[in-house]
This record gives sequence, structure tokens and C-alpha cells, in this order.
Amino acid sequence: MKNKIFLFIIILFFIFCFIIFYKGLNNSNIYTPNINNKKDLPIFISKDFYLETEVNSEKIFLDNNFYILNIWASWCVPCRKEHPILMELSRNKSIKLIGLNYRDNLNNAKKFIDELGNPYSQILIDEEGTLAVEFGAYGVPETFIIDKNKKIIKKFIGPLNQKLLKEIKLFLK
Amino acid sequence: MLANQIGYYSLILGLVLSFILSAVSIKDFYNNNQGINQKVLSLSFLQFFFVIISFLSLILSFINSDFSNETVFNNSHTTKPLFYKISGTWGNHEGSLLLWLLVLTLFIFLFLIKSNEQPKKYRILTLLFQQVIIIGFFLFLLKTSNPFNYLFPIPKEGLGLNPILQDPALAIHPPILYLGYVGSSIIFSASLSAVTQNYVSKEWAKHIKKWILISWIFLTLGIMLGSIWAYYELGWGGFWFWDPVENVSLMPWLTLTALLHCVVVLERRIALTSWIIILSIATFMLSMCGTFLVRSGILNSVHTFANDPERGIFILIFLFVLIFLSLGIFFLFHKENNKNLDKIFWLSKEASILINNWFLMYFLSVILIGTTYPIFLDVISAQKISVGPPFYHKLIVPFLIPFLVFMSLGPKLDWIKSKVENKFSLIIFFIISIFLSFFILRKLTPGVLFNTVLISPAFYLFFITTKDLFIKKFKNLSQSIAHFSFSMLLLSILFNSILSLEIITNIKVGEKYNFDKGQIFFQKLEKNKNSNYNSVIGHFKINNNKGKIIYLKPELRIYNQPVTITSEADIKTTLLADTFLVMNLVKGKEYFNIRYQVKPFMIWIWISVLLLSLGGLMSLLKKKYEK
Amino acid sequence: MKIIKLFLIIFILINFSQSKSDIKSEELKNKILKNIRCLICQGQSVYDSESDFAFSIKLIVEKKIYDGLSEKQIYEFLREKYGEWILYDPVLSKNTYILWLLPLLLFLFGGAIVYMNLIIKKK
Repeated sequence: MKNKIFLFIIILFFIFCFIIFYKGLNNSNIYTPNINNKKDLPIFISKDFYLETEVNSEKIFLDNNFYILNIWASWCVPCRKEHPILMELSRNKSIKLIGLNYRDNLNNAKKFIDELGNPYSQILIDEEGTLAVEFGAYGVPETFIIDKNKKIIKKFIGPLNQKLLKEIKLFLK
Repeated sequence: MLANQIGYYSLILGLVLSFILSAVSIKDFYNNNQGINQKVLSLSFLQFFFVIISFLSLILSFINSDFSNETVFNNSHTTKPLFYKISGTWGNHEGSLLLWLLVLTLFIFLFLIKSNEQPKKYRILTLLFQQVIIIGFFLFLLKTSNPFNYLFPIPKEGLGLNPILQDPALAIHPPILYLGYVGSSIIFSASLSAVTQNYVSKEWAKHIKKWILISWIFLTLGIMLGSIWAYYELGWGGFWFWDPVENVSLMPWLTLTALLHCVVVLERRIALTSWIIILSIATFMLSMCGTFLVRSGILNSVHTFANDPERGIFILIFLFVLIFLSLGIFFLFHKENNKNLDKIFWLSKEASILINNWFLMYFLSVILIGTTYPIFLDVISAQKISVGPPFYHKLIVPFLIPFLVFMSLGPKLDWIKSKVENKFSLIIFFIISIFLSFFILRKLTPGVLFNTVLISPAFYLFFITTKDLFIKKFKNLSQSIAHFSFSMLLLSILFNSILSLEIITNIKVGEKYNFDKGQIFFQKLEKNKNSNYNSVIGHFKINNNKGKIIYLKPELRIYNQPVTITSEADIKTTLLADTFLVMNLVKGKEYFNIRYQVKPFMIWIWISVLLLSLGGLMSLLKKKYEK
Repeated sequence: MKIIKLFLIIFILINFSQSKSDIKSEELKNKILKNIRCLICQGQSVYDSESDFAFSIKLIVEKKIYDGLSEKQIYEFLREKYGEWILYDPVLSKNTYILWLLPLLLFLFGGAIVYMNLIIKKK
């Protein structure tokens, strides 16, 4: 009798493992950080792209506005693809786009902007990528929506597209 | 082209043969004659023969760079050197599964011809259980991982193989490892067969021990080759990272080691029979589970193969079919022994082997839980966590200490019951170990107390086993060598980890970098062109405060198909330490990032593992020299 | 009982000595970097990785050590930005009790089985 209970428990255990592994197969094994946490906007000091002077974040995110922070680089191919969407967003008067130039060569970055247009009201330099870490970013492109209360309310990993553009517009209302 | 056809149809024939072979052997099972029908042996050989033909066809396709074969296209390139074209055959998912089949069919054939003195029904049942596994793999191969898929139109060039994988150690690592891993399938089949036939006896122990040793030796060597490759190729100077794929090879090794010790007991008395059956089943199940974890894409690892959920589901179902089959057979057929023989006296060799099993199973559970827990957590509560080296170190290292002490004392006990003789010398050695460790470590490292506690038992095992080697001479030579090399392995690993020096810094050509033990001088850069890559070699001169000078030349290789940059470390090996320098480009900057490491006793780690395998080999050949 | 005491002593020694030993900031930096996973090359630690992300994290850890943050505070910072996954040493939380305790429970359970199977008599 004892043996049979033992056997039953073991069989149950293996069935449990089987179910877990079966479900686990469908989950991706690549990790992406959680994009739904609402976080406070970090306070930082950075350099301006054109003026090459130091800027304090509190002076950038001033107005009672929505801000969109976009991390980009001239060497990043998907950034080119999402650029037209950024240009469209920049026509919206109720938001301001702030660009973060990530791990880039200043001349190459300037050429990128000259060629494709500048959607940003201000661009910051993040040569070492340390500023991106403050935002919890780990690659390019990534885009953040910052609301009027200086909180990061949404994060997009990867290039923006038409579908995400609609999502952003909904947020802004 | 033709090779493709031959390869594919050979596989089909092999599968068909499985069914024919099973039918013929079942018929022979009920036949009352003495030995196995010759037909069974011939069919088994024929099955192996077809798998070899298939395997050779694939190799031929690789050599000819026949890109009409999808596997060749994905994994080869016309400019790859011949040796790596050949080894590329088994360096990919489909080809490695063909290697599985090769070893499965080879081992069952060898088993049949080498087991003539064994009971007939036992041999046939072993064959049948093995065929279940073989059929499973044929189906897996043909349905989800066919090495002979056609591509049309035929591409002109292949996708090439990662240059990091073009390395001699990595080329022979899979075949050797598989002889170990897959070789444990025979132990699995034979144990299930022995249980049903109530043949778990001393005679069976003597016979199965040989197969356990063969599997164990190859598994040990296979793991060592993987570590050697990681150390020389990957550029971080480490040889073990607790990566899922590494863990997956270590787990069957642990159960196999425990099994080996249990079988040594079974050779002398009927005891630990449940342990033996369970460990035999567990070893092969862990190999299969490992195959699942690595090839299904369920885990995130540096070395996973190309992933495909369909393959994952197939292996998962196959694995659990085998598990439930084994459970069924074990519970149906295993007979508990006479209660009188069950209990083991506490101060005896059997008891120490039981304790050995206890610790080995604990280490196994740490590794198994650490590797699979993230999967469970992710499925149950969608939380993603990582389990890495710190977890394994914290849970394993403290338990190594009593383990090493038990390992020193265990072999000294007698069978059945022991009076403790030579207590005096045992205690003296213990005290010497502690003092020796303390005085050595005092000068070398700040964490004296902790490290002394760790190193003393390793030294203790070392002294005891050395003494045994000299005093016992040929009696039980294999055990002495094996335990001695294990102690040497642990000492090397411990000293290596405590005394390693590493420096990372950025440096320009012509610059000198000073550190507290010496100076690194980046002399110059040299540029070269090779057959399939361009190389940039850095010339470094390193002198330490004692006046010793070493020249190291790490290399950066720029391959063109596919475009990759790899970093080749320059390693100078001496008996005392390895000096290790690797150089990396820093994006957009003129300077290079270098890692300089001094790793004491590295070569002793490899020597110890080789000696360990030698110990196993001696046990295999024991009858020959004991006569 | 004696064995349990022995294990406890060993555990305490390990944790105790590690916090007391005088680790230089370079060693501390390396120790922390080996414990952080690279998000881009997900099979490597930041210490081993040469990716952009690893480069940035190395600078940040260096700066935070210089600013006087403790090892725990640095891990807390990274955890807040990237989630628990980024650390190789799983923290002891309600999610990981089973992870840390199950092997130890199994060890004790195994010990009980061994004890029951041995004849312990003094002659």
C-alpha cells in the first residue's frame, strides 16, 4: 500500500513537470525588461548636441507638456526606418521630442540628422551610453513617453511603426 | 546529390530494421535454445551498418560542399579547411543526432557480441529496450531533423560556420562526449532488462561495470574537452561557467559516478540494488533531459543549437514516455531484498559509499534545481530570474568540505564492518593538512580563515591518497589513482580560483601600464593576411617585479564569411601557472581593451582529469594486469 | 546534532569572512561585473561581454563604487532599472525560497534515509 501511494505521488510529480516544460516551450527564452512599470523620470546632467554645453534635466523637462524621449544612433539601421514616424510626431504641437544620441560619433550623427531631418526640439549626447542606463534602456532604438507629472508612462523597445504611432497618439489624449 | 539519397534511404532502412530486429528477437526470446539466434546479431550489425552509411554520406556531402543539402548549406562554406568541414558534420543539430544514432546502434551491437556468457533472455530484453530508444531517435530525426533535406535552387555558397567553432578541441568534443552520454543508454536498457529478469546480482554487477566504466571515461574526457575549448577559445580565461549546457553534461556524470561506486558494492554483496536501478535509469534520463533542455530553445544559453518548438515537443514526449516506462518496470518488477541483508553497518565501506551517494545526489539536486527553476518560475508566475555561478558556489562549496573528508576516510574502511586501524596516522595527516594550508595561504591571500577551511580537506585527501598509492602498490591501483587525481583536481581548482590575478585596462600602442606586481608594455601592432581571415597581432612585453619577462601576442581575426571579428588569446603555459592575455577593439576609439590574467596550476586541472580517466581505464583493464 | 552545528559554522564562516576581507575596489568591480548579465549577449556576464550595453554598465559600476555605494546598493540600482533577471545571484525572496531551500531540504531528507539504513551500534 505504501508503495502504491509513493508511486502515485511520483507519477503526479512527473506529470506536473511535463506540463511545466510543455508550457515553458512556448515562452520566449530571450529576456526583455518589463515595459509596464511606471517610473519617475531620472534626474541627470548631459551635454547638448549642437551647443556642446552641459544641460540639467530639470531645465529640459520644464513645461507642463508630454515629452517623448527617443534613443537613436547614426549606426543603427532600424533608427532610419522609424525616423519618418518621429518626423510626423514632431508636427504635433502638444508634445516635445527629445533625442538621446547613443554611443555615436558626433560628425556621423550630425550627418544623419542633416540627411533625414531633425524631429527633436533638443538632442542630448550620451557617448558612453550611461544615460540610457538611467532610463533602463539597453539598446537602440528605444522610445519613452513622459507625462506632465514627470513620470515615464510607456516604453517601446525597438523601432516605432504606424501601429505604435496610433498607440502613442491615444496616450497623448 | 547521390550521397543525399543514399544517406536518407539508409536511415529509412535502419528504421525498418528496428522493427524487423524487434520482431525476430521477440520470437527468439520465446525460443528455448541456448544462445541468441545468429540472425539477431546479423540484423543488429546491419542496422549499425546502415547508420554508418548514412553518417558517411553526410560527411561526404560536407566534404564536397554539396549545398543542395540544407544542413550542409546552413553549416558549411567552401573556404573552410577540410578538417573543419568534416567536423562540421556533427557540429550541428541534425548531424549530431545522426551521431546519437551511430553510438546507440554501435553500442547495442558491441553489447551483443561481448555478452555471450550472460543469460539469453537478459540480452534480448536489453536489445529490445535499446530498440525503443533507437526507434524514437529514428522518428525524431526523420520527422523533425532530417539531415538530408533538399534545397532547390542549389545555393552557390554556404552560410559558413562560426569561426569560434573551428577549433580542434571542439571538433572532437561531441564524438567523445556522446560516447559517454549516449553510451549510458546501454546501462539504461541493461538495467531495465536485469530488473525484469530478476538478474540484479553479483554476476550482473561484474558485467555491467565494464559498460559503466566505458561511459564514465568518455563522459569525463568529453566534459574536459569542452572546458579546454572554452578556456582556450572564448577569451575569458574561465573553464566552467555553470551554463545550462555545461550543467547538463555534469549531471549524468554525477549519477554515473555514484552508480560506479554502488556497482562496486554489488560485486561483493546484494545491497543497494534499488540505488543501482534508479541511478542507471536516471543517468540516461538526465542525458535525454539535457538534450531536451539544450535543443528545444526553452533555456537561454551561450551554446544552444538552432531552436524549434516542434523538436522540443517531440523530445519532451519521448523523454516522458521513457520515464513512465522505466517507472512502470521498476515498480512492477523490482523485488526488495531479504530484510536481513538490508541494513549496513555504519563503520564500513558500504556505509561510506552510501554517504558518497548522499552527497553526490545533493550536488546533482543543486545543479538540476538551479538549471530548471527559472523555467518553473516563469511558467507559474511569469517572473524571470537568473541562476548563475554565485548560486552554485554557495550551495556546493560548503558541502565539499565534509565530502572530501568522507572521501579520504571511506576507502580506508573495511567491507561489512571495520575497526578503525591506523587512527593515529589519519589524525596526524589531518592536523598537518590544516597547518600546511594555513601557512601557505597566510602569505598569499587575505581570506585566510575561509580558504584554510576549504583547502585543508583537499590536502587531507591528497596526502591520504598519495600514501595509499605508495603503500598499497597494485592492490586497487585504479581506485588509488582515481581518488588521487580527484584530490589533485580539487586542489588545482581551489588554488587556481584563490590565487588568480586579473587586470583589465585600456591601452594604446606604445603605452605602458603599471600594476602592483609588474608592468605591461604594448610594443607594436602587426598586420597579416591568412586564407580566410585578416589578422591584427598585438605584441606585448610583460615583466613582473621579480624580473621575469614574458612576451604575449594576442590576435584579432577578421573573417569575411560571415563577417565576424574574433579575439584569440595568447596563453603561455608552464607547470606553475598560465599567463593569459586577450585583446579587444573598443568601438570608435584608438586604444584597445586588454585582459591580462595569471592563472596558477591551470595545466594541473587538465592533467588531473586525464589521470582520473586513466584510473577508470585501469579498472576496465584490471583483469589483464592482475593476472 | 554535531553535524548540523558543523554545517552552521561553515556557513557562517563563509558569509562572515567574505564581508570582512579587504577587497580592493578593482576586485569589487570585477566581482560585481561577473554577477551581472549582459542584456544584449544574454549568455554572458557583463564582465565577459564586449557589447555596448556591457561597456556602459562597466562605467556606471565603476562610478558608483567611486561614489561609495556598497555592492548591495549597486545591485539594487540595476534591479530597479532592469529587473531581477539581470543578476546572476538570485536574491532570497518569496519567489526564490524554494530555489535556495529545496536542495538543503533534500540533503536533510537524504541524510535521514542514510541514517535509517545504517545500523548504529557500539560494540
